[in-house]
Amino acid sequence: MSSVAQKRGFGATLWDWLTTVDHKKIGILYLLGGLFFFVLGGIEAMIIRLQLMTPNNDLVSAGLFNDLITMHGTTMIFLAAMPILFGFMNAIVPLQIGARDVAFPFINSLGFWMFAFGGLFLNISWLFGEVPDAGWTSYASLSLHSPGHGIDFYAIGLQIAGGGTLMAGINFLVTIINMRAPGMTYMRMPLFTWTTFVASAMILFAFPPLTIGLFFLTFDRMFSGNFFDHTMGGNTIIWEHIFWIFGHPEVYILILPAFGIFSEIFATFSRKRLFGYTAMVFATVLIGFLGFMVWAHHMFTVGLGPTANAIFAVATMAIAVPTGVKIFNWLLTIWGGSIKVTTPMLYALGFIPSFVMGGVTGVMQGAAPLDYQLHDTYFIVAHFHYVIVGGVVLAIFAALHYWWPKMFGTMLHEGLGKITFVFFFIGFHMTFLIQHWLGFWGMPRRVWTFMDGQGWNMANMISTIGALLMAIGFTVMVINIVMTTIKNERVGNDPWGDGRTLEWAIPSPPVFYNFAQTPLIRGLDTLWVEKMDGSKEMITPAEPVTDIHMPNGSIIPLLMTLGLFIAGFGAMFHQETSWGLPVLIFGLAFTFVMMAARSLKDDLGFYVTKEQILEDMKNEKGGRN
Amino acid sequence: MADIQIIKRSPAEQSLAQRRAKEAMRNQVAMFSLMIFLTLISFSMVVAHLSDVVGFSKFFVIPTLFLFAAVQVGLQLYYFMHMSEKGHGIPQMFMFTGAVLGFLIPLTFVTIVWW
Repeated sequence: MSSVAQKRGFGATLWDWLTTVDHKKIGILYLLGGLFFFVLGGIEAMIIRLQLMTPNNDLVSAGLFNDLITMHGTTMIFLAAMPILFGFMNAIVPLQIGARDVAFPFINSLGFWMFAFGGLFLNISWLFGEVPDAGWTSYASLSLHSPGHGIDFYAIGLQIAGGGTLMAGINFLVTIINMRAPGMTYMRMPLFTWTTFVASAMILFAFPPLTIGLFFLTFDRMFSGNFFDHTMGGNTIIWEHIFWIFGHPEVYILILPAFGIFSEIFATFSRKRLFGYTAMVFATVLIGFLGFMVWAHHMFTVGLGPTANAIFAVATMAIAVPTGVKIFNWLLTIWGGSIKVTTPMLYALGFIPSFVMGGVTGVMQGAAPLDYQLHDTYFIVAHFHYVIVGGVVLAIFAALHYWWPKMFGTMLHEGLGKITFVFFFIGFHMTFLIQHWLGFWGMPRRVWTFMDGQGWNMANMISTIGALLMAIGFTVMVINIVMTTIKNERVGNDPWGDGRTLEWAIPSPPVFYNFAQTPLIRGLDTLWVEKMDGSKEMITPAEPVTDIHMPNGSIIPLLMTLGLFIAGFGAMFHQETSWGLPVLIFGLAFTFVMMAARSLKDDLGFYVTKEQILEDMKNEKGGRN
Repeated sequence: MADIQIIKRSPAEQSLAQRRAKEAMRNQVAMFSLMIFLTLISFSMVVAHLSDVVGFSKFFVIPTLFLFAAVQVGLQLYYFMHMSEKGHGIPQMFMFTGAVLGFLIPLTFVTIVWW
């Protein structure tokens, strides 16, 4: 492995990406995979909005509409939002804590490939024409009776992708606990690292329930189980509990990293230390814990009784307190700062009012009696799009502009970035604000079409036009990305000029071993401390230049996942075909053989020699291995 | 390639380390006997209940068994799996969080959700 840039053939490059265990490359893979599914989910959303543009529309059939809403929700949550956030975590967190890689590079790669193949499995359902159609929540009373293989794709695809997420979460936990540079105490970690840590802990506790729920569903549908079938002594409500015990923490798993991203952006572009850092950390942890205590607020109308509803209503409203702490801390970070309105900052400024609106409607729904009125109306649709688009998606776009130079070494165009923001932001509010009223006016969610003369026509038209504006905004961003990549103007370590955290102290993109010398962390906002002290090097080294141990790449993660992917098809078809069972067994056996290969063959990695590192340091730019 | 570091102990450090090791050994043996003793009591209680000894009703035996079981788990974790030693703060935090969640969620089910 040499860090000197050299021309390589297409095959070698492809092999390099398929076998990579480098956290920065896996971050880019997650980002690309996530963006691909984001486009798919976006197209589904556009078709949904076009169908609902006018009353009695028949652009799509009722059945196809169910497919579309189910796949839109599932894709956006599991295959777009989470992987893109994982992309940023992978690319940035090790840099922020001064680590050379994550704790388990192999598992990191395995996590990515499981997400990729799980997502592929789920979306292959479109080619089969049998698509999941019971909503992204896939309540058992619906999903057990869905004909065809649609729900099977859902259960197995999410099982594979969910396994990948669990691995990614464990990997980040161990990385952040064990791999921090000397001096990087917990209370000196940047907020994005903190939120990654808490979100990973939530993944650790929330994903096992999903795994179990999906296994139950798989057994019920494919292996004659009766977990959710009440005629056989099962209980259909159990799925709802299991799903929401996972599902509610899941939404905080999405929003906490978004909070972290905005915390970084506010501090950077207000050129001020984050206000109330300690309170921010505390609020993050508290949100993480409370997130597990509120799942039944999704089930107020199931009939749990007034006691359960009251307790979960109170717990739900309690979450507004730490969230409010965060909002005020962000406002006070901007207050009196020397503000520079860059594209990421624009997104951050747009985020505060948008997310507060989503939060307020959340508290409204937390009031159980009101929820009986709002349940299953467009008000709910408006609410969760306000928190997810107004929170998570804005954060993703902000981070894309903010960290693009660190990940790819070029700056996205600021002007186009601002145009993206304007279109997307106006489109977003136009689409979803009016849906609150649609809910009040009684329009139920998940309906295929609606009748004329109910007063819903104009609102739905406005909503669809807003969706088109969002699509235009996203297209501008894609154009921006393409143009930037073609121009390829390289940037230095700290292209924003105001970087506070450690990732801005090293070249963009960093050399594959990140830090020639492990840095010594001398305070919160490490780089800022060095800048204020007038340090030339921007990093205080904690060790002399020595050989660096790095892991070897491996194709095994991809092959392991391929086995599970094949086994998935076997499980799905084993009841009606004779080849199903052998394929299931072959797939699982293949995975086990790959696991054995990994366990039995020692892979001790390699050393980057001291001479090599010194040469890289002399060349300053380093190389993109 | 990396050099192997050899750390030499001074005589004082050596004697301290020995004293600590001895103490740890004593603790381990003490805890081990305590655990065997607890197990013996548990068995005798069940036998006493089965042979209808007065006073050993199941309302006494079952809670006591649970109590002993909890003590045993604690001893196991803290003495034999070394959780009492330094540097186990994070694993403890995660174990307790998991235990709290694993306790609270079923408790919710059996108290306010299902009945």
